[in-house]
Amino acid sequence: MIDLDDTDRAILRTLAQDASLSAGALGRRLGLSQPATWRRVRRLTDAGVLAGRRLVLDRAALGFGVTVFLGVSLAAKGRVSLEDFERAVSAIPEVQTVQHVLGLYDYRLRVVARDLADFERVLRRRIMTLPGIGAVDANVLLSEERRPGPL
Amino acid sequence: MHVDDSDRRLLRQLQADPALAVAELARRANMTEATASRRLDRLRTRGILMGQQAIIDWRKLGWEVEVSLRVTLDKTNPRAFDEFIAAAREVPEVIEIQTFLGRVDVRLNVIARDMAQYQQVYRTRILTLPHIADLEALMHVAEIKRGETLPL
Repeated sequence: MIDLDDTDRAILRTLAQDASLSAGALGRRLGLSQPATWRRVRRLTDAGVLAGRRLVLDRAALGFGVTVFLGVSLAAKGRVSLEDFERAVSAIPEVQTVQHVLGLYDYRLRVVARDLADFERVLRRRIMTLPGIGAVDANVLLSEERRPGPL
Repeated sequence: MHVDDSDRRLLRQLQADPALAVAELARRANMTEATASRRLDRLRTRGILMGQQAIIDWRKLGWEVEVSLRVTLDKTNPRAFDEFIAAAREVPEVIEIQTFLGRVDVRLNVIARDMAQYQQVYRTRILTLPHIADLEALMHVAEIKRGETLPL
């Protein structure tokens, strides 16, 4: 595990808002030189703390009007290989994230679709045909916000 | 005003690798650098490309526990949503807040250093949030697919 000082935390907080900042621009905001900033970002990246970037896109403008979270239970535990299920579900383009969870469901999926009719098509043709699929619970996303977290 | 195939191609390549320089992005999307820049600028000014955010791996920082808390609110109070969300924002361990149409009203993503700390956050910060009617927890075991890319 990596230790952070206040400057590292400020870097993470800033990049979580805007990852496109150059080391120079980031350093100017935090009162650090460009090389010092670059070294710190490099260290956080090497340690895996900075685990990549995500684009922030206007989903609706790109034609994806609906995001649905599915709670999925597997029907025949022990008889279906989790690897087979995970491989098949991850290959569906409309499935954005797959999380293996413990609790009321086995998996949590984030699914995008053009509209509710398109979502129904994805659900029937792609999700309900997955190997070992059991009960499915759906909730339509209305809003979401990411918080800075305990930094 | 609409997004055409070239825009989609550009965004598809950028989604796959958001750190790409414009020159390389243009090459992969099969257009000139000038065209790629102009299209990216237009996507930004139209608010379609809103920016990029760093993904933080909390486990690497020692936050080993991640729990999805699915909350049903007491909707007899018209202020329930607003007051619940405002209070949840004050809890540093809450890293994501989502609202839903369905059986679940709000979902909180909560992280903790270990189960003991989770238990403490759950008791002192979560159960004390206003207007909770019902609460259920899903413990994250593994991320199988992530990145949230759109099938452009």
